[in-house]
Amino acid sequence: MSDLASHLPVLQVLIPLLAAPLCFLLRKEAIVLPFTIAVSFACFAISMNLLSQVLGGDILVYEFGGWSRPYGIEYRVDILNAFVLVVVSGIAAVVFAVGPGQARRVIPEGREYLFYSAALLCLTGLLGVTITGDVFNIFVFLEISSLSSYILIALGLNRRALMAAFSYLIMGTIGATFLLIGIGFMYQATGTLNMVDMAHRIQVLGPTKGVLVALAFVMVGISIKLAVFPLHHWLPNAYSYAPPLVSAFLASTATKVAYYLLIRFTFGLFGAALVFETVGIDRLLLPLSIIAMFVGSIAAIYQTEFKRLLAYSSIAQIGYMTLGLSFATQAGVSAGLIHVFNHALMKGALFLVAACVTWRMGGTNLDVMKGLGQRMPFTMAAMVVAGLALVGVPGTVGFVSKWALVSAALEVDALWIAFLIMASSILALVYVWKVVEIAYFQTPEVELERREPPLRLLIPTWILAGAAIYFGIFSSYAVDVAELAAQQVFMVGL
Amino acid sequence: MTSLANQILSHWNYLAVITLMMIGLYIAISRGNLVKKVMGMSVFQTSVILLYVSMAKVTGGTAPILIEGRDDIIYSNPLPHVLMLTAIVVGVATTALGLALIVRINEAYGTVEEDEIVAMDRAEDERDLRSEDAS
Repeated sequence: MSDLASHLPVLQVLIPLLAAPLCFLLRKEAIVLPFTIAVSFACFAISMNLLSQVLGGDILVYEFGGWSRPYGIEYRVDILNAFVLVVVSGIAAVVFAVGPGQARRVIPEGREYLFYSAALLCLTGLLGVTITGDVFNIFVFLEISSLSSYILIALGLNRRALMAAFSYLIMGTIGATFLLIGIGFMYQATGTLNMVDMAHRIQVLGPTKGVLVALAFVMVGISIKLAVFPLHHWLPNAYSYAPPLVSAFLASTATKVAYYLLIRFTFGLFGAALVFETVGIDRLLLPLSIIAMFVGSIAAIYQTEFKRLLAYSSIAQIGYMTLGLSFATQAGVSAGLIHVFNHALMKGALFLVAACVTWRMGGTNLDVMKGLGQRMPFTMAAMVVAGLALVGVPGTVGFVSKWALVSAALEVDALWIAFLIMASSILALVYVWKVVEIAYFQTPEVELERREPPLRLLIPTWILAGAAIYFGIFSSYAVDVAELAAQQVFMVGL
Repeated sequence: MTSLANQILSHWNYLAVITLMMIGLYIAISRGNLVKKVMGMSVFQTSVILLYVSMAKVTGGTAPILIEGRDDIIYSNPLPHVLMLTAIVVGVATTALGLALIVRINEAYGTVEEDEIVAMDRAEDERDLRSEDAS
């Protein structure tokens, strides 16, 4: 048993990787669905175990084939990536458990196993990016997750999903190739691919031309994947035309992993001194984050489609995360990480509400949501809860993030930023209220009876919405972990 | 002046990398034909392979095959070549997926020109808007 426990870091990635082709071979949906659920819950259990092992401050290192660094590839688990692993695998477990209740409307009968294969591959890629301690491995896993997410997005009902997936493919590939070029320059400058080794050598080298060029390529590459403000163009189409289940999964995991990469490369590889003091990336990231907060929220107000509204809101929320990083303080990073966790919960819940509405109405245009407050009360209540969290009402997770962000802003004496965070929350209130008003105070054109989606869809929605309240009231657990992660990142670097 | 010319000539493979990279990126951004976009993206990805292979070259180095009893041989760095094998696989997979998506787009729209597709989507939106007004 202890033998198995020592292999947990590799099992975290290996289990979904092997399960994906098995889904393809098993084919029968009656087998594939429970199998996928079991796999995703196993991943969640492993990530929880890994987190509990590293919370004390230890760092788990798993060497492949017994080759130690810098020769071999290693997986390296610290509090930061264990935290992200828990978020990704937890959301995967909840969303995959929904299963075909939603998928059947989207995927041709008898082809569901392809959906599960792609979804598990995407999970593999995201977990692999997070856990690995080798920079080239990051590129490979990033491409695994990206390629499978293009497939998942292209499954959308509307033919526009195809074009959305195609533009994401072009943008995503350019981003990943930028990252690859950056990694090439880093390798050229340091002669190693291992992250710990590379960090030491970059520290010795200082800001040479090669390192600076690498930094530029890596940051742009990751920013495309993260959808930082001027590079966000792919995101609204991808999230709004993908099947709602896919949007729920990607919106709450893919950008979070990209944010993790941004932190890892900033603090773990290039070092905060180089990134913030020598180059001054914070001076660029800060205005971009603030613009994202406002442009995203204002664009969301004008949308007439629920999922598109959520997608634009995601751009604004990503702005909050990068804002935390751009303070270049421990409190800022910790606020960003808290928001990663909280935003995953609330956006996951909101996109699952979109899945419920699609199941009932066949679409998520705001028109069809008229009066759903009375016709699907439990679903819409989840929407209200997650929406309030998005605004940042006390008692929800949104308040916890906003509180952390505002105090991080005040810590660096940036009262005006604290004020802007409040102002953009008011914009969030406007677009959330718009949906609430349509759902509760408008009457539908055709009278509908009261009917809820099947429990298989409703329970996962409420798990996420419930968690958005639970962690808003008992906030200490998530906040403590995020603070410990930020502290470790700042003290140890890697 | 001669030193500059020397520097350029001695780094000609990097110049080739940059040229290919920019050609690829430009095609991927500027062309409206989706197939051309994918091809541009593919050129862009391939240029990176040349970048990695260039950096692996050690002056006077030979293929890294160990010969027993000889320790005076200089070897080229084999690691970037191995990395690029993976990158080639990724590139092929991306191109294949891109082309497969284009087949589906062609089935759905009957065209692979981006501006025509955008025009069709826009016309559809306007039709929806008008039918809403009428009702």
